[in-house]
Amino acid sequence: LPQSAPAADAGLLHATVLIRPKEGILDPQGQAVRDSLRKLGFAVGELHVGRLVEVDVEAESNEDARSRVEDMCRQLLANPLIETYDIRLSPGTSTHPPRAPVPGGQPLEDADPEHAH
Amino acid sequence: MGVKIAIPVFPGSNDERDAAWALRALGADAVLVWHAERALPRATAAVVLPGGFSYGDYLRAGALARFAPVLDAVRAFAADGGPVLGICNGFQILCEAGLLPGALLPNSSLSFVCRDVALRVERAAAPFTARSRPGDVLRIPVKHGDGRFHADPELLEALEQREQIVLRYAPGENPNGSASDVAAVVNEAGNVMGLMPHPEHAVDPLLGSGDGALILASVVDAAGRGCAPGAAA
Repeated sequence: LPQSAPAADAGLLHATVLIRPKEGILDPQGQAVRDSLRKLGFAVGELHVGRLVEVDVEAESNEDARSRVEDMCRQLLANPLIETYDIRLSPGTSTHPPRAPVPGGQPLEDADPEHAH
Repeated sequence: MGVKIAIPVFPGSNDERDAAWALRALGADAVLVWHAERALPRATAAVVLPGGFSYGDYLRAGALARFAPVLDAVRAFAADGGPVLGICNGFQILCEAGLLPGALLPNSSLSFVCRDVALRVERAAAPFTARSRPGDVLRIPVKHGDGRFHADPELLEALEQREQIVLRYAPGENPNGSASDVAAVVNEAGNVMGLMPHPEHAVDPLLGSGDGALILASVVDAAGRGCAPGAAA
């Protein structure tokens, strides 16, 4: 792991966006995967398949990063008619680990950019 | 030469030639337009967005095509009242671009469906279904994996009230789990329509059905009457 962050990374945060089928919308893919797990002998209840987007964003603060990623979700990453999204921020970037847990452990929700690297 | 109908072609489109062939058979001057073009050809009187898998269906089917330069031109053409028909992937693109209500999800069966389906005409009006009458049954093939039309109950009710549902799958024929059997919808203004079935594959009875010609010929009629922007009587 790099001991000191490159200056260019100072304003970079890593966002993990989880996009899920909206509640109540038929999710045949989730049902098929659930049924397959049951065939393998796993006792599973409801199961849904969504999508994960990882994106490094340049931002001045966590709030700034979050509002930028929310804009991305509304405008492209998710279709609000059929999907919901959940944004998690962590310090570091995908190209410059660490994607370390935030001090204090879970959740990654309110990562402090000061602790990046 | 007949009226000019533009067919935008995206990387991954694959029905543009059939659409052009069908429109030409119906007397139109169909012109393929590459997605990087910023303008539609001069005198374009209608636009047909073809089927296929634009941009590899990345993210969601149809989600990326709205960033193509040609889509800005299509959007402006539609805003001016020009007739725009989206077939299959074209329907998905129009929904993702916000030009049509609703969304298209993976088929409830999870299977790609490829077969003829019977469709009931709910709304017979220019520019898309003027050659039909309400209650007519058309037989037109579908071939898609993501054709399940979704709209929440409020939106469905509004679409029904405003007569924006143009075609429905006939009873027992719904191939993809679409809400309320919806196969085709128009925008509020009535000049933009999307449908999952492929009328361009059903213009020659030799190939099973000529019913698709009723839809495409309606578009050609409308284009010839000058529904196009700037060409209003």
